[in-house]
Amino acid sequence: MAMAQGTPENGVANGHSHHHVAFWRDERKRGLAAQLVVILAILAFGWYLIANLLANQERLGIPLGLDFLENVAGFQLSFAVLPVTLESPIGRLLVVGGLNTLVAAFFSAIIATFVGLLIGIMRLSHNWLISRIAATYIEIIRNIPLLLQLVFWYGGVLVTLPRPRDSLSAFDLVYLNIKGLFMPRPVPEPGAGIVLIAFVAAIGIAIGVARWARQRQMATGQQFATVPVNFAIVIGLPTFAYLLLGRPIAWDVPQPGAFNFTGGVTILPEMTALIIGLGLSTAAYVAEIVRSGINSVSHGQTEAALALGLKPRWCMRLVILPQALRVMIPPMISQYLNVVKNSTLAGFIGYPDLFSIIGTSQNQTGRAVECVMILMLFYLSVSLIISVIMNWYNKRVMLVER
Amino acid sequence: MSTQSTAANPSVSDEVMIQMVGVNKWYGQFHVLKDIDLTVNTGERIVVCGPSGSGKSTMIRCINRLEEHQKGKIVVDGIELTHDLKHIEKIRREVGMVFQHFNLFPHLTVLENLTLSPIWVKKVPKREAEEVAMHFLERVKIPEQAAKYPGQLSGGQQQRVAIARSLCMNPKVMLFDEPTSALDPEMIKEVLDVMIGLAESGMTMICVTHEMGFARTVANRVIFMDRGEIIEQNEPEEFFNNPTSERTRLFLSQILHH
Repeated sequence: MAMAQGTPENGVANGHSHHHVAFWRDERKRGLAAQLVVILAILAFGWYLIANLLANQERLGIPLGLDFLENVAGFQLSFAVLPVTLESPIGRLLVVGGLNTLVAAFFSAIIATFVGLLIGIMRLSHNWLISRIAATYIEIIRNIPLLLQLVFWYGGVLVTLPRPRDSLSAFDLVYLNIKGLFMPRPVPEPGAGIVLIAFVAAIGIAIGVARWARQRQMATGQQFATVPVNFAIVIGLPTFAYLLLGRPIAWDVPQPGAFNFTGGVTILPEMTALIIGLGLSTAAYVAEIVRSGINSVSHGQTEAALALGLKPRWCMRLVILPQALRVMIPPMISQYLNVVKNSTLAGFIGYPDLFSIIGTSQNQTGRAVECVMILMLFYLSVSLIISVIMNWYNKRVMLVER
Repeated sequence: MSTQSTAANPSVSDEVMIQMVGVNKWYGQFHVLKDIDLTVNTGERIVVCGPSGSGKSTMIRCINRLEEHQKGKIVVDGIELTHDLKHIEKIRREVGMVFQHFNLFPHLTVLENLTLSPIWVKKVPKREAEEVAMHFLERVKIPEQAAKYPGQLSGGQQQRVAIARSLCMNPKVMLFDEPTSALDPEMIKEVLDVMIGLAESGMTMICVTHEMGFARTVANRVIFMDRGEIIEQNEPEEFFNNPTSERTRLFLSQILHH
């Protein structure tokens, strides 16, 4: 105390002392210098790469540019979301490849989500057998390379299906054989639009019923069997319209031909193998996320909810899941990104995704740099879009907390 | 505090509320509860004490089936606790419980914490549930916190919310599992005051606690447990002044003179 009172000018001097510190001892200047060094290093490395690339292109006499996308590709795809022919330009094949990738990834992600949720909840079951089955599934899948799993589904399971003439059939409408799954294709006739409208209207009514049931419960306390009633509405209303209008949708049923089926919708075994393999593999990781999410909610929450008389399923829905979801969403984003990126293995089992189509195009045109750039840009933008959507959802769930 | 022991005690009826006969429980090889016999009448207020690991919490947690007993009989308000889920549900509806760590639902506001179970279990309209909730929040003296989340409250406030949450279900019995053990010393009193008020209103209570002042003020009976057994039970005055067993004496000397 006495010292502080005795030497006020000391304190003032200390307050401004950083003016006199040498720059290598000033933490702010050091931080700035470090950042400057890193930025310069990145720029130098980038410059080296680009200069190297340009020099090599020059030496080999290959121009840079996207004009090759208009060249005729001259190769056929075994599966295409949009129609392509041998005369289609490379650009169109790449678009189709991107869509093929997205379609496969989309269905894989849906399988991964539902199977993962199921396995994750099974893993938490108090029933020893159920819990062990789930654990075994997770361990097997997680410890086998994904490519091996895809090859197993394609080359191990689907090749054991019968030849076309011995196809497995359900009601002579759906056929399954080594060449794929053949299903009837709906062909709209006059009046089909009304059935579609009835379907959309049924969904609207179902949402209305759910809202009404919620409001009524809050107002009167009475509960309503929303799920079965809405299920009946969504199935029943379009069916009723379909029958009332004299069946305005015809079905193009696959017909046995000389070598294979004609007509209907075909799902190739390559696609089935990719979707099943990728979906079931990712499901194992999703299951672990579900398990850890539910486990992260303290057991005291369950006890408190049960002690208040809540039924176990309400306890799960109203108390545990809303809290578990917060923990589950960030790692789930990674899994959806993994599905998209892992779909690049499709080429190994003959499914024409963007990666394998680009591989062929690059072979034919020699435009390696452009092709790699297109690939990177595609996967980067798809991943970023998924990230943005999921992060937006994550924020919404977080808001419920506080 | 000790001199006014009977002042706050409303009458106890002859009606039996909880009956435990020969209740036994094991955790694997470990025998947690050994032949527990306990009868609690309507309006009775019981304090259970004993060293940690003596089975106090396990005993009261058996009453609303948070723990399952393996042998013996437990009857609550005439309903026997069996594997019948309907019975378990009914009993849980009549038995409120307050936990050491409050266990409020962090994703719901205080008011939503209080109305969740009335709306879903008792099927009460939301507005009515909210009125009841506000009534009990006033009773625990924090109506102004209704719109906040549990994380924004102090420990003492959270525990009072937890008590109010149980009361919203209009229980016939309240179980307290060390309700003040996780609280800072200055917050213990506000929670005990609420519990004393509850006792004065005639609520049947079983309370596991080491708050001996509280035991003297409100308990009709104090139970001492050790190693899974009920060693001694008596009226508070007798229990504290003339404990009969050596183990009780040792325990009391440890918690009263530190």
